[in-house]
Amino acid sequence: MNPEKALMTDESDAPEMLVPSEPHPQTRIDVSAVAAMAGQRAATETVFECGDINVYYGDFLALRDVTLDIAAHEVTAFIGPSGCGKTTFLRCFNRMNDLIEGARVDGAIHYHGVNLYQDEVDPVEVRRRVGMVFQKPNPFPKSIYDNIAYGPRLAGVKRSALDDVVEGSLTRAALWDEVKDRLKTSAYGLSGGQQQRLCIARAIAVQPDVVLMDEPCSALDPIATGRIEELIAELKTEYTIIIVTHNMQQAARISDMTAFFSVQANERGHRTGELVEYAPTSLIFTNPDDPRTEAYITGRVG
Amino acid sequence: MPQDTSDLSVADLRTSARRRAWSAGARWAFALAALATVLVSALIIWTVASGAWTFISQVAWGSLTEIGWFPRRGLFDLSTLLVNSVQIAVIAMLVAVPSGFGAAIYLSEYAHPGVRKVMKPTLELLASVPSVVLGVFAISFITPSILSNFFSEINFFNKLAAGIAVGLLVIPLIASIAEDALRAVPVALREASSGLGARKVTTSVRVVLPAAMSGLMAAVIVGFSRAIGETMVVTIASGGGDTSLFNLSLFESGGTLTSAMAALGLGTDQVAGSTLAFQSLYFLGALLFAITLVLNMAGDVIVRRLQNRY
Repeated sequence: MNPEKALMTDESDAPEMLVPSEPHPQTRIDVSAVAAMAGQRAATETVFECGDINVYYGDFLALRDVTLDIAAHEVTAFIGPSGCGKTTFLRCFNRMNDLIEGARVDGAIHYHGVNLYQDEVDPVEVRRRVGMVFQKPNPFPKSIYDNIAYGPRLAGVKRSALDDVVEGSLTRAALWDEVKDRLKTSAYGLSGGQQQRLCIARAIAVQPDVVLMDEPCSALDPIATGRIEELIAELKTEYTIIIVTHNMQQAARISDMTAFFSVQANERGHRTGELVEYAPTSLIFTNPDDPRTEAYITGRVG
Repeated sequence: MPQDTSDLSVADLRTSARRRAWSAGARWAFALAALATVLVSALIIWTVASGAWTFISQVAWGSLTEIGWFPRRGLFDLSTLLVNSVQIAVIAMLVAVPSGFGAAIYLSEYAHPGVRKVMKPTLELLASVPSVVLGVFAISFITPSILSNFFSEINFFNKLAAGIAVGLLVIPLIASIAEDALRAVPVALREASSGLGARKVTTSVRVVLPAAMSGLMAAVIVGFSRAIGETMVVTIASGGGDTSLFNLSLFESGGTLTSAMAALGLGTDQVAGSTLAFQSLYFLGALLFAITLVLNMAGDVIVRRLQNRY
């Protein structure tokens, strides 16, 4: 298989392009590293392979030895009690932890065969492929239109094509009908649930390969949550989705795979998270392997 | 052991007369201190306003548009001083806004926390350089060592050097206010931008700066007020003295509203030609006061209009 091809979303599987004339910006990720990896890579639809990930904040180990694979076009949920490192782990997939002073990631995450944590990799290029939706809706203090157009503009999408990108993204995020008459008004005029869908639309406007979602519904009411969940179910046909959630029912409803993380405190009170169990969602909620998983999902701890 | 409350009377719960008098006295002392500041402000305004009124009611209106500012000859051309003041303040802003905003962006977006911890106080220390020192710096360094290399025709006292020196004075002020405004922008917005594949410089310019716009405007307005009110640097570096001829050249000396006031306040050993000369000091004071007041009010309106709700 052409190693360079491995860096891109496979065209045949790619979502119907929003901007036909604009190819996805080409990667500058080191090709020789890919060549080395290409031989080992199985022909499965694996997006991420994580090996022995340890994350430190300063001297303090926040997450220990996580190894798991993420499959394409599935929803993978990370669940677990507060402080178990699930958000920390999520932020490893687009190198968002680089932004946190003192954070360090040990180990390798291979994204379509390329180790994201080698020197040559520019986190900016990674984030154009691996988008993110945050816990609290965080639209820019700009118009609805400019919020969506922000990423595509950075990627060099032509002005003439922007209108289509904005409409396409908002439509996919099930927000178009609600906002089409007020695209030029401030995004802050939207409700919380609308703002979060706007943030999802903004994330998919750059045509990512993967969308990371960090508790996207935790600030929303049940109705808004329901709409986001429906949206996630639709989006997974086009994108690979990794979602962190506090809500076990949500994980059960929307995910294909579930990873349960737990947390252990050492003698000095430092809490370190670890992966307890990773299995198909149907299995983990009906027949968990680990007693800690069972205790958590049945509500006896956490 | 619980208190014995069996024979509690109102006398036990009453404060002594001395303590009550002490409390009331303290209250009045504090009120008086507060009142004193109000009183002083009122006195200043009254003095300036009444002096200015004396000038306005007696001056021949024609003498307000003349060839220059020669108060002892009865020539009170306001445009001379206004133009010089504005020219110098604008030069100062051209110097201070880019470097002040640049420093603010560096401190808020790029600097390692350790660096910021040292650099911000250092920057604010620069604000405590006495303005007279900067005035001397302008005539002893800025003009002879820098400007005269580029502009051979430049006067020893000139508005350009004065403007640059005032700009240096205003940089820390603008940088400090701007940095506070930038730091107030939530991290969530920076993360949203980074998450979309924006580089740091893009995030700073396209997200953080616009989000902090009201605070940045405030920094500019405060800086401009400071620049237009600056006296000592201008008096020394621009060589305003007590007289100046109308001119637009930045290479020439020229008095400003403030330096003309300083010169009038210092007085002169020459025989006064016009009795109105001294009164014009109050008039200029009132004018300056009005300008900064209008600036601040306009600033308030702009800041409120740009107020972000992030």
